[in-house]
Amino acid sequence: MSTTEALVKELVEKNGKTRNSLMPVLQGIVQNERYLSEEALLSVARELDLSAADVYGTASFYTFLDTVPRGKNIIRVCKTITCHMKGKDEIVNSLCNALKIKVGETTHDNKFTLLTANCLGWCHKGPVMLINDEVYPDLTPQKALEIIEEYAKVAQ
Amino acid sequence: MSKYLVNLKINNMPISVEEGTTILEAAKMLNFKIPTLCNHPDLTVAGNCRVCVVEVKGARLLAASCATPVSEGMEVFTNSEKVRISRKHIVELLLSEHNADCTKCFKNGHCELQDLSSEYRIGDHVFLDMVKEESKIQDISSPSIIKDDSKCIRCQRCVRTCTELQGVSALAVVKKGDHQKISTFLNKPLHEVVCTNCGQCINRCPTGALTERNYIEEVWNAIYDPSKFVVVQTAPATRVALGEDLGIPVGQRVTGKMVAALKKLGINKVLDTDFTADLTIMEEGTELLTRLKRALVDKDETVVLPMMTSCSPGWIKFQEHMYPELLDNLSTCKSPQQMFGAVAKTYYADKINIKAQDMIVVSIMPCVAKKFECERPEMRDSGYQDVDYVLTTRELAMMIKQAGIDFDKLNDEHYDSILGESSGAAVIFGATGGVMEAALRTAYEIVTGREVPFTNLNIKPVRGMEGIKEASIKIKNVKPEWSFLEGVELNVAIAHGLANARQLMEKVKSGEAAYHFIEIMGCPGGCLGGGGQPIPTSPEIRKKRAEAIYSEDADMPIRKSHENPEVVEIYKDFLTEPLGHKSHDLLHTHYKPRKRY
Amino acid sequence: MEKTLKKVDIIFEIDDKQSPLSILEKTIKRSPDEIILDLIDSGLKGRGGAGFPTGLKWKFARNEDSETKYIICNADEGEPGTFKDREIIDRVPDKILTGMAICGYVVGAKEGFIYLRGEYNFLLKNLQKRVDDYNLGMKKLNFDFTIAIKSGSGAYVCGEESALFESMEGKRGEPRNKPPYPTVAGYNSKPTVINNVETLVYTSMICRMGPEQFKALGTSDSRGSKVFSVSGDTPISGIYELELGMPLNDFVNEFGDGDTKAVQVGGASGHCVPRKKFNDTIIGFEGIPTGGSMMIFNSSRSMYNVLHDYLEFFTEESCGQCTPCRVGCQQLLKGIEAVKRGERPPAYLDDLKKLTGTMKIAAKCGLGQSVGNPFNSIIDNFREEIIY
Repeated sequence: MSTTEALVKELVEKNGKTRNSLMPVLQGIVQNERYLSEEALLSVARELDLSAADVYGTASFYTFLDTVPRGKNIIRVCKTITCHMKGKDEIVNSLCNALKIKVGETTHDNKFTLLTANCLGWCHKGPVMLINDEVYPDLTPQKALEIIEEYAKVAQ
Repeated sequence: MSKYLVNLKINNMPISVEEGTTILEAAKMLNFKIPTLCNHPDLTVAGNCRVCVVEVKGARLLAASCATPVSEGMEVFTNSEKVRISRKHIVELLLSEHNADCTKCFKNGHCELQDLSSEYRIGDHVFLDMVKEESKIQDISSPSIIKDDSKCIRCQRCVRTCTELQGVSALAVVKKGDHQKISTFLNKPLHEVVCTNCGQCINRCPTGALTERNYIEEVWNAIYDPSKFVVVQTAPATRVALGEDLGIPVGQRVTGKMVAALKKLGINKVLDTDFTADLTIMEEGTELLTRLKRALVDKDETVVLPMMTSCSPGWIKFQEHMYPELLDNLSTCKSPQQMFGAVAKTYYADKINIKAQDMIVVSIMPCVAKKFECERPEMRDSGYQDVDYVLTTRELAMMIKQAGIDFDKLNDEHYDSILGESSGAAVIFGATGGVMEAALRTAYEIVTGREVPFTNLNIKPVRGMEGIKEASIKIKNVKPEWSFLEGVELNVAIAHGLANARQLMEKVKSGEAAYHFIEIMGCPGGCLGGGGQPIPTSPEIRKKRAEAIYSEDADMPIRKSHENPEVVEIYKDFLTEPLGHKSHDLLHTHYKPRKRY
Repeated sequence: MEKTLKKVDIIFEIDDKQSPLSILEKTIKRSPDEIILDLIDSGLKGRGGAGFPTGLKWKFARNEDSETKYIICNADEGEPGTFKDREIIDRVPDKILTGMAICGYVVGAKEGFIYLRGEYNFLLKNLQKRVDDYNLGMKKLNFDFTIAIKSGSGAYVCGEESALFESMEGKRGEPRNKPPYPTVAGYNSKPTVINNVETLVYTSMICRMGPEQFKALGTSDSRGSKVFSVSGDTPISGIYELELGMPLNDFVNEFGDGDTKAVQVGGASGHCVPRKKFNDTIIGFEGIPTGGSMMIFNSSRSMYNVLHDYLEFFTEESCGQCTPCRVGCQQLLKGIEAVKRGERPPAYLDDLKKLTGTMKIAAKCGLGQSVGNPFNSIIDNFREEIIY
């Protein structure tokens, strides 16, 4: 059994073998593997006795349930109005330059994926970004780069 | 349980209807037509296209009439100013994301969106064109179905069909917002996924987003090619539905006219799949009896029961994807279409002195999965592709129109011989329960020497539109050579529509039910409701087609497969015996497990 | 009844003498019908934005005859400009849990769920601990109710209650047809009360202090106070609990930067109020209701950009199932772009306004129905900025 299959089995065991468990199972996979691979989706379909297309269709509805490969750390910069007003473009630009990728891409070393997101709920402290589940409000381009550097160190 | 009556008014006309009735249904009773797109009589309510909105007095919002139950005192307006404006907007919006290249569309003239657009006289498009370039790339990977996302209006009828009726879910709604679309697992091409090619989605697609892969031009080319000898076979269910596409009321049999039309098109020989349906009964009936003998007499534990029919290529592919562990339960018999192809390019070609390589076998089928089936690599036992082209009932209707034939005025003609003779048992192959009934008529008689003990040979318990039917027949007073079957209660089950098939397979897998023989037809109602039949379809339409099939059977001079003289002749001349060496080579096949996504 | 801006401290107030659990203990000694009467008397309306009377909702669910019922706390706060629920969950989670438990007692439910948006996953660890403790506390009281957390995964529309149920059931978050309403058939098709985070806190507070004190705040149409999320061009952005019924002018005087040209009341799906209407606009159900989002724009801001941002948001976050919303949002977005570029005449904006009229009454859920709010209020008040 591959590690993905084992993970899916474990998640299904923990959450129950019903359709109602689909979200927590998919979330658990993303937590561990950063995205839902073909193998993971098929494994979930098998374990929960759902059609693979249905599992994919459900997953693809949710922004955080990625079905394309993602880096070890997923950066999501809030792009909604107040963060926009407070300089999210500068944050995104400085991250693009530092990581040498465009929005939507993953670095060659697979350490970072840079994405934008709709309102993250920190409008009073924008611009803001999430890295994985951690939140970083009140950003400046400088601050954002320092945070990324910390992650880069850990990821080594 | 009696239901409460609810009183309401629609366009100021009072009506009382049962509680739970939708506004749409109530309006229909008063002969008010409300347009719909996502609604379909075979499917659950979606309420997502919003074309059917109506105004309810006092309500802030318009109500989707397909999804809103009536309530006491309700006052509904189906054509108020608000309703008209909204409805027109909605049609305009749908058109703005629809590749409205109508004149080049295969569904031109048969498109529900086109009809609505015409009804509302949508002129110059008010709104911006939202058709995405990438959506214009058609998925032509399947030999049966073409998927064109640029024509899709997201009504999700196909998704509900694939899930609710067929239990396949090859299609799903994916992504959201402006990226939402109907797609497959990880957007893979149709031929790579669990799609069974049943084509039920095509029957319910209101636009040209899902259509059959058509082979009309190829067939015309063959007809015009003097070096080719074109042989047509017509499936049982085509003769009770073709008329629908040619201005003839639903439920009217057009067998003789269909033959006449095919001859007018320039087909060299017009033959009948019904002949090989009879042949199937001989082979499959024998296979069943053999399996029973091995199980009951030889106590052979390797024999697999229940045996399951194998006529329906959608069902076969379903089983290959979903229940590969049950592939040995399938009869090894090829479908009648493929038996025909194999026999036509060997036995028949010899008889009429035509080289097999010069023969083009064209099938007229109620089915789009047959297009896939004829291309299966196993189906070349004549040394050539046994069946060259499969046309749906709909495609044949188009050819008849193209040829300028006034179908209604045609005089009935007879099938050519040989391979044109058939029995009533073969005709009912077109309806759910029909293969079972045909098999029982023959098998019972072989075993007992007497006709099946049902009035006029009509085995009523296996007929009808119930999703899963079960029956048992006690076999008594058998001939000496079948003594092992004396007193055996033969248990059979029948399912149509793959969602029902799935239920039945689960019962088989769990061992909950001990059947000997199972008939599955992939499409609702059986082949008469096939994915290649005229559109629209509904329970009422299928019921009428079924009645036509059973009346065709009742009118046939021969009602049992083993009495078909041409069948008797082919065994005498060529095949020698059912399950014999030649049969094995030409009429039987094998199956392969496939991936489940 | 003219009100002025008044800061209130109910939601975040920490009462050392009375723990939230003790409010539950005290409340479940009363009859469910009494509690419902109190809630109805208090005039509390849902704080998520739609403003349905909370007491009535509980009453409907209580009247349903069903073995199984559910209480759901809608913590899928996603409306741009809204962040108050995050703050409430972070600071006073036990008050939410108390509201859920009381609701469970009143309607006869044994299970409650918090649907927490995926963007707030960082709150999970602490919240789970508080839920575990609270469950234990209820057990000690011999009170049969358990609470669990379900997470979202980034889909704004899941804040719509029926979409939220779909999501909890492992499906795409597509809103359902209504009727049936949640109190009849919600999660797992069982009678369900679904309330916003803040609403649940108010219910527990009303149970503690009685309806009178709550009712004394606000206006006859908008009883009580509510938590506002203040952002944009303001020197003091943040969370403020304010009495309902104040004129917008008061609000701008308090929070604006002296150069306020417009306030977007109620988030992206709310209304944009220009400076000239600040005086006539009441914040409350009689004026402009809000789930709490107040975004302030000063004269340096382009209202075209603001509207463009909103429309982009809705275009992406529409579930996509119904025509008016899926295609309508795209038409509005591409439409203002076309007008801006001069590819369509300014009058095209009026065609689009008519289209929002259809979206408002024909879309399946609140998302599509409300896109016209920002569109029309911005087009009407800042038409030049859109065109030129």
